[in-house]
Amino acid sequence: MNASVSRLTRRALARGGLGLAALSGYAPRARAAAPGGAPIRIGILHSLSGTMAISETTLKDVMLMLVAEQNRRGGVLGRPLEAVVVDPASNWPLYAEKARQLIAVDRVSAIFGCWTSVSRKSVLPVVEELNGILFYPVQYEGQECSRNIFYTGAAPNQQAIPAVDYLLGEEGGAAKRFALIGTDYVYPRTTNQILRNYLLARGITPGDIMIDYTPFGQSDWQTSVSRIKAFGSAGKKTAVISTVNGDANVPFYKELGNQGVSATDIPVMAFSVGEEELAGMDTGGLVGQLAAWNYFQSIDTPQNTAFIRSWRDFTGNPKRTANDPMEAHYLGFNLWVQAVTKAGTTDSDAVIDAMVGLRQGNLTGGTAVMLPDHHLSKPVYIGEIQDDGQFAVVWQTPAEIPGEAWSRYVPETRTLVGDWTAPRHCGNYDTARKLCLGGRHG
Amino acid sequence: MAEARAAVLLVALLSVASCLPLGPAICLAQDRTGIPTPTPAPTSIPAPISAPDVGHSNAVSDADGEALRALASRHFEAIGRGVARLGVSDAPWGKAVLEALHDGRLAVGSDSDRIVIRENGVARDAVTGATLTGDALRRIRVNNRIRGAIRIALAERALRANDVSAREAAAMALYHHPGADALPVLDRAMSREKAASVKRALTLARAAIVLKTGAAPGQERAAVETLGKSGRLDARGLLAGVASSSSDPEIAGSARKAVASIDRRQRLWGIVQNVFYGASLGSVLMLAAMGLAVTFGVMGVINMAHGELMMIGAYATYATQYGLHRWLPGLETWSLAVAVPVAFGVCWLLGIAIEKGLIRFLYGRPLETLLATWGLSLCLQQLVRSLFGPTNVAVTTPSFLSGSVAIGGTEITIGRIAILVFSGCVMAGLLFILRRTRFGLQMRAVTQNRRMAALMGIRTARVDALTFGLGSGIAGLAGVAVSQIDNVSPNLGQGYIIDSFLVVVFGGVGNLWGTLAAAMTLGIGDKVLEPLIGAVSGKILLLVLVILYIQKHPRGMFPLRGRGVDS
Repeated sequence: MNASVSRLTRRALARGGLGLAALSGYAPRARAAAPGGAPIRIGILHSLSGTMAISETTLKDVMLMLVAEQNRRGGVLGRPLEAVVVDPASNWPLYAEKARQLIAVDRVSAIFGCWTSVSRKSVLPVVEELNGILFYPVQYEGQECSRNIFYTGAAPNQQAIPAVDYLLGEEGGAAKRFALIGTDYVYPRTTNQILRNYLLARGITPGDIMIDYTPFGQSDWQTSVSRIKAFGSAGKKTAVISTVNGDANVPFYKELGNQGVSATDIPVMAFSVGEEELAGMDTGGLVGQLAAWNYFQSIDTPQNTAFIRSWRDFTGNPKRTANDPMEAHYLGFNLWVQAVTKAGTTDSDAVIDAMVGLRQGNLTGGTAVMLPDHHLSKPVYIGEIQDDGQFAVVWQTPAEIPGEAWSRYVPETRTLVGDWTAPRHCGNYDTARKLCLGGRHG
Repeated sequence: MAEARAAVLLVALLSVASCLPLGPAICLAQDRTGIPTPTPAPTSIPAPISAPDVGHSNAVSDADGEALRALASRHFEAIGRGVARLGVSDAPWGKAVLEALHDGRLAVGSDSDRIVIRENGVARDAVTGATLTGDALRRIRVNNRIRGAIRIALAERALRANDVSAREAAAMALYHHPGADALPVLDRAMSREKAASVKRALTLARAAIVLKTGAAPGQERAAVETLGKSGRLDARGLLAGVASSSSDPEIAGSARKAVASIDRRQRLWGIVQNVFYGASLGSVLMLAAMGLAVTFGVMGVINMAHGELMMIGAYATYATQYGLHRWLPGLETWSLAVAVPVAFGVCWLLGIAIEKGLIRFLYGRPLETLLATWGLSLCLQQLVRSLFGPTNVAVTTPSFLSGSVAIGGTEITIGRIAILVFSGCVMAGLLFILRRTRFGLQMRAVTQNRRMAALMGIRTARVDALTFGLGSGIAGLAGVAVSQIDNVSPNLGQGYIIDSFLVVVFGGVGNLWGTLAAAMTLGIGDKVLEPLIGAVSGKILLLVLVILYIQKHPRGMFPLRGRGVDS
């Protein structure tokens, strides 16, 4: 009884907070200058308050920038774009409600949004039911392939697997023992399951793999770090693979530094630490720790330099950092513009069919291709943290890696592929049994 | 001319080639001959085709010049070779170059091969020390392998230092990071070493190298013995490696025995370590809960914004550091000491404002207080988010609070010890205020019997405001401590509010010693359970136990007794 009262109020107050957010300068509907005609609306579904605001506010800003730039170039189909910004307030069920509102009430042509997997999972049934389109920009655990979602971040085979290859290789120190440390939720658990199977397939014995989960927002890492140290004192080169969520990494790295574990002894490869997280950190003790992404701000290409310049101009902050999910939105947005232009309409079915096979240049060079399973082909980079909070690329895949929705290292999904083109039209096609499993694709 | 140039190149190439396959010993010999000659070595003046600028100093020998050229390469492999070469070189500038490379301050001219050290915005030639301007520079990038090589190279150089403790430290560095290249250097150092402590360290380092790299076949047995006898817990990795991989059953057997003995002692130390970790977690809980013990325990106000007061204390620390950095850089080292009164003051004022503006209208209505302070907490979060941005801010830790001390077989973090001490001081201060000051007396009087206290002439409304201010100020102090171990973001408070209430309720509302006992019980319980059943299950189990306990003893571990307490 008590619990239900407090939940109700929490939501009511969250709405109050939303009002406050609006007052304090988050314009809920940013209208851009119009080239003419009825505007095409796109929805931006990122949390601007609550725990996820730290990561998602940036993505809202980058979308507004992309929309403004597109309008300066004349919009799409001769019509201006209008961004509809909503705030799901880091509340997972609210993501579904807001997505429904965006599609049913605001009639948006596409939604760009979500960060955590649980928020995506709560939006998935809504976009499938109302036949909307969601662009999801964050690296994730895979094992999902919806017709209505385009996954512009990395699948596990575009981040986790190449990162492990690097650690196993001579250049990464030829590690023989692996500690998989993660926050206790769906992304680390699924990723670690895939990684464990992959490590076993690469000849690592089960005794040389340690898996440890910590609660969300863990700040006391003393025990975990001393366990890692003990695990690393078995006479074999040890590496840590961290799926620790976002800023819980800061006290983790601090504790590693305090207990004298340096990157040269036991390197830590992180999948959730990017430039944005490092911006709030004293990076002195982190130098040499590793991260695997498809984009680094430090990669020197003309496209990237131009992108960072316009991002800094847009935000009015000459030191603003850029990160991987921002590039994913850049790719997703440009691919959507191409698809709408190609289809000549914003009708969902036509746009979804037009998407597959489109190409868009990456900011870091190479080309992203939208694949039949609604994932992108991406280059993979391993970066080492530098003292200025940026990454220096120490390794990269020779070519773009096509994203795979279903992992071949999980026994149940080994034979599955996603293919939303004719004739299969199926998110989970079993190539062994030659049939579409159908049903929900997540 | 062309032939002369080719001949010079050939000589240079040969000297390099002779260096490569035979290892550092040969190179060292070249260095030794190269160093004392004051006149430039004949081959080093020209070498002009690839490196017009490096060879211009008289002090650069062939091998050193080659090392510098290798550093200018874009390939990590070549850079690693250059680093190894500098480790065995006696060039006086070698140390500065290696350190600059490690810290990312080493650069190379983009159109020349001149190696440059950058420091505080000034670029100096690495060899001559001449200040340079106007050159476009490319920073030399290093990776983890190179950093490891740099550490070894610096240690190798330090082995030749005059200072005994520096030599010992260098030998221990080689013990911790054994590399095959260091073996001849170690042997030479051993032959000239006099100090017993350095000799011991050198023996350890040698044993580590023998076991790790297999550089000296036939000496493994002696090395296992050395490490086994040393009783060092950090030798476990090396010994375990030998135990699992050695082909000689006798060596493997004695290594296994040594590992087993280390493991036995490690387990004992593990208990000490867990208790300390628990006490340290308990001290953080204690700090977070102490302010609440005043506002909730003494006044009975359910303050859901308590965590946000901590968050504001942490932001006050950030603002203090920022301000000192900006205007009083001399005091920066002591920024935390300055932040303590600042955070207390800010939160104290804010607490009084909250009491005057909100809480005093809601006394006796706990549900409304809960809702109002919950709303307040959201407002405070959004306020800070608008002022400082949604991303984390970086609060720096002074260097004397980072690192750890080794006590026996455990590593104990200095920052954690400081928090433990700080928490004890805050507790002592609070006890002093409550027990020994006039304000404390009035506070206790008002809590125990408000009407009687009012009749005695105590201005209860004022005491209420000051008490709430005190609780809030202590939350601010907790914020200073937490800023050292956690992320400073607008969400900081949310991670502590539940734990704080748990501690206060579990300990017994209104009893400071109960709060201490509860914080330590929860902290140590958590840290003892964590290695056994994992962090997540440990927390759940602990919560279940606390719930069961509170079912049985609803007023906590140390309930307040007496006539003044209304039930």
